[in-house]
Amino acid sequence: MLDRSWIGKEISSVEVDVEQGQLRFFARVVGETDPVYTDEAAAQAAGYPSLPAPPTFLFSLNLAQPDPLAKYTSMGVDLAKLLHGSQEFEYYAPICAGDRITLKSRITDIVEKKGGALEILSEETSATNQRNELVGKSTQSLVIRHG
Amino acid sequence: MTQIDCDAVQVGDELPAITKPAITRTTLALFAGASNDHNPIHIDIDFARQCGMEDVFAQGMLGMAYLGQVVTNWVPQSAMRSLGCRFAAITHLGDELTCTGKVVETFEEAGERRVRVEIQAANQDGDVKLAGFAFVAAP
Repeated sequence: MLDRSWIGKEISSVEVDVEQGQLRFFARVVGETDPVYTDEAAAQAAGYPSLPAPPTFLFSLNLAQPDPLAKYTSMGVDLAKLLHGSQEFEYYAPICAGDRITLKSRITDIVEKKGGALEILSEETSATNQRNELVGKSTQSLVIRHG
Repeated sequence: MTQIDCDAVQVGDELPAITKPAITRTTLALFAGASNDHNPIHIDIDFARQCGMEDVFAQGMLGMAYLGQVVTNWVPQSAMRSLGCRFAAITHLGDELTCTGKVVETFEEAGERRVRVEIQAANQDGDVKLAGFAFVAAP
């Protein structure tokens, strides 16, 4: 059982540079063929200052820290029992190569399901760029399997 | 990229489907690096077995990246307002995900016309692995 006093607390804050090389690597691995995601000129022709981060990349930015899962283990979560339950993103402005993004995550809820066999951890992350614009929000639920 | 005409978009319209190659260990290893998700349960069979799994399995976010492509193949990413899914079942090695989308609603919000799309990813046996939604704005 996780300590309910985590609800409402900030559990991580990270500042990360969005890098072209990593965006190209990501695009290649997921089989993205639209040149907007790999070719600077195509991105600019589409109105972006540089390569845009794809729709799920905010999640990856939040993992760009030395030990990204430590925030959960420090709460007492056993990583062997952790599953990703659901994930949502809201988009307010593009995130592009060259941006420096600040991501702040907090726990918004912890609830029991199935008579305590599962605990659901809800986390919300805000992403702000170097101009202090809120560019996106990520909401996720993590499932912890007990027993 | 195909530009959609949102005035012409109708409930029931289907987005062009995409089918991805079967998931391999290489896919998972490369995605771990590209996505910063180094959780060993997806790349280290010894760790996966210690966790009670038979083998490594796909990062949920790999399937969600594919779902995002169904939408960005259809509209420019700048038109996306949100994307969400639940991870309904584990995606295993060898699974070939087909990702589909369908327009389920058109409405006005925040001074723009918006479209709600239901999206999902299912394997070669039709088992749904991810099920979700996207909201996009008319151009």
